[in-house]
Amino acid sequence: MKIFLKLIFLFVIISSLISSRAIAAGEQQELLKVDWSFKSFFGKFDRASLQRGYQVYTEVCASCHSLKHLSYRNLAEKGGPEFTELEAKAIASNFEVTDGPNSDGEMFERPAKLSDKFVMPYANVQEAIAANGGAYPPDMSVLVKARKGGANYIYSVLMGYDEPPAGMELDDGVYYNKYMYGNKIKMSSPLDDDIVEYADGTKATIDQMAKDVTTFLQWTAEPHLETRHKLGFRVIIYLSVLTVLVYFSMKKIWSRIETKV
Amino acid sequence: MSDHEYTPKSKVGKWFNDRLPLLTLANHLTDYPTPKNLNYWWTFGGILTFCLITQIITGIVLGMHYVAHADLAFQSVEHIMRDVNYGWLIRYVHANGASMFFLAVYIHIFRSLYYGSYKSPREVIWIIGMLIYFLMMATAFMGYVLPWGQMSFWGATVITNLFSAIPLVGESITNWLWGGYSVDNPTLTRFFSLHYLFPFLILGLVVLHIWALHVPGNNNPIGIDIKKPSKDTVPFHPYIVIKDAFALLIFLLIFAFFVFFSPNILGHADNYIEANPLVTPAHIVPEWYLLPFYAILRSVPDKLLGVIAMFAAIFVLVILPWLDTSKVRSTVFRPIYKQFYWFLVADVLILGYVGAMPAEGLYLLIARVATAYYFAHFLIILPFLGLKEKTTPLPLSITEPVLGGSADMAMARNNSDFKEKL
Repeated sequence: MKIFLKLIFLFVIISSLISSRAIAAGEQQELLKVDWSFKSFFGKFDRASLQRGYQVYTEVCASCHSLKHLSYRNLAEKGGPEFTELEAKAIASNFEVTDGPNSDGEMFERPAKLSDKFVMPYANVQEAIAANGGAYPPDMSVLVKARKGGANYIYSVLMGYDEPPAGMELDDGVYYNKYMYGNKIKMSSPLDDDIVEYADGTKATIDQMAKDVTTFLQWTAEPHLETRHKLGFRVIIYLSVLTVLVYFSMKKIWSRIETKV
Repeated sequence: MSDHEYTPKSKVGKWFNDRLPLLTLANHLTDYPTPKNLNYWWTFGGILTFCLITQIITGIVLGMHYVAHADLAFQSVEHIMRDVNYGWLIRYVHANGASMFFLAVYIHIFRSLYYGSYKSPREVIWIIGMLIYFLMMATAFMGYVLPWGQMSFWGATVITNLFSAIPLVGESITNWLWGGYSVDNPTLTRFFSLHYLFPFLILGLVVLHIWALHVPGNNNPIGIDIKKPSKDTVPFHPYIVIKDAFALLIFLLIFAFFVFFSPNILGHADNYIEANPLVTPAHIVPEWYLLPFYAILRSVPDKLLGVIAMFAAIFVLVILPWLDTSKVRSTVFRPIYKQFYWFLVADVLILGYVGAMPAEGLYLLIARVATAYYFAHFLIILPFLGLKEKTTPLPLSITEPVLGGSADMAMARNNSDFKEKL
């Protein structure tokens, strides 16, 4: 078994080498750390937080940021915000999508259905850039996975707006953010106290909204996170039991000869 | 080979076996005499076979849902992650499987370096292994391009651009590889095609690798020739099979941990940003398993020489059996080489580390020293050391050290025999 300790040691070295890449990037402040409910082996989403997060997304972020890989049906699926199907249908019907061509060969507008993808705020990337002073508001579907630091990074940027330090010149439409790469961001602080009114009565502080919308974005990036954790736990248990069984079988088989295994 | 004549018991079996001796082959594989002192470092052959099969099966399923088109590839990967039943599992197994594959292959290679498994009469096994390793790197590189994220696109741009360093025809070759004047849709489709093809070439080479292994039989930790079959060997089944199974399960536990609880830690965040030819990422880094070679590439100031150095780093491994002049296989009996072996391990780890860092200042200096040492190890230290090193006495058979018998008696024949041969 000593050999496996060595193996694990080697493994730790290699993985620490890999993770050191993250540190090397430097330049920005250390991220704020939140004890997210979805971290850890049994991590799950806080359902109420996901629903509030969706509200923040749709009332604040959605005016600029798309979620193009999501469908409205995802909102009612297990492991997500778990709106009822009726609620999800109602949400979808608030949006207009272009469909067609119909039997007359014409395109037409209709309310969105569960099977439709999330409607995007802009028709294309160029329009989005033009409307936002030259900066493209990135699609948010996998944003959490696309940034070093993941959920903590998103949360930190939302909380990181501040007055620029003395002597720092900022152009028009550029804002100071402690956690953004290079400390400059073209998005103005999106959150303000009570900018949304939560249906469940939770007080809409900036911190609360930042946590909720980050949780929501973690789900949009990893919609099967809960299944993954649950299945992973079972797989580990199964493999562990099998490993023990095979270990004793091995001992038994090798006991036929004098060599130790 | 030490095969005794094998006749199937059943009539049907005999009829079939006379026409196609598959049963003889199966019998050879189960009875295959294996040194009984193989340690757990020898289990990685089986683990690697498992890795290859896993990559092929998950890859075939992914290929059913993936769309190799510059406008649709990223989206189709998200489709796999979200809408395909257990698509997230299949993709995470495939992506992390590549890393686990390389982890295992590096252990396998360094095991061979430690116990001298590349030496006569096993040079051909070693060279086929190096071919497999080279194809693995090409396959993994092209696979990383397929999701068409930022690192896919820019990694492909950097690596394919290396060929433009070739004098005269470099640019033509690069354009030919791209299928155009930059990395674009034609590059993606051909990479997909080749990424699907190469694993089967690897599979073919693996068959040859194992075939070539079964001619001289396994090396062993003592590194001496043994009679097969004898009391120094055990039949492959069940002894080695069960031991390989146990080691594989331990390996799978680590694998599962990555897949289910840290599936993206080995990847790069930028690859979840769709490829954009107009925006270059701050740092373009390859996957961790290519970093040592990337460090060698960047440590040479001249582009062409850098490319040559990178390929030479692999080529010195191919000719290793003739660079190492020592007739003693196992490092156990080579006290000085043992130290250099660990220097090499450290050197490669350092190269991997600086490969991930920006090529400037101290990092660049370290990379240059480490690159120089890497080549010095193979081209200077190994040939010289084999001639000069005083090895410790070799045992007569593996039974003695294994059974803990009197070491002095066992070592009746010492290294003077080997000195004579030299």
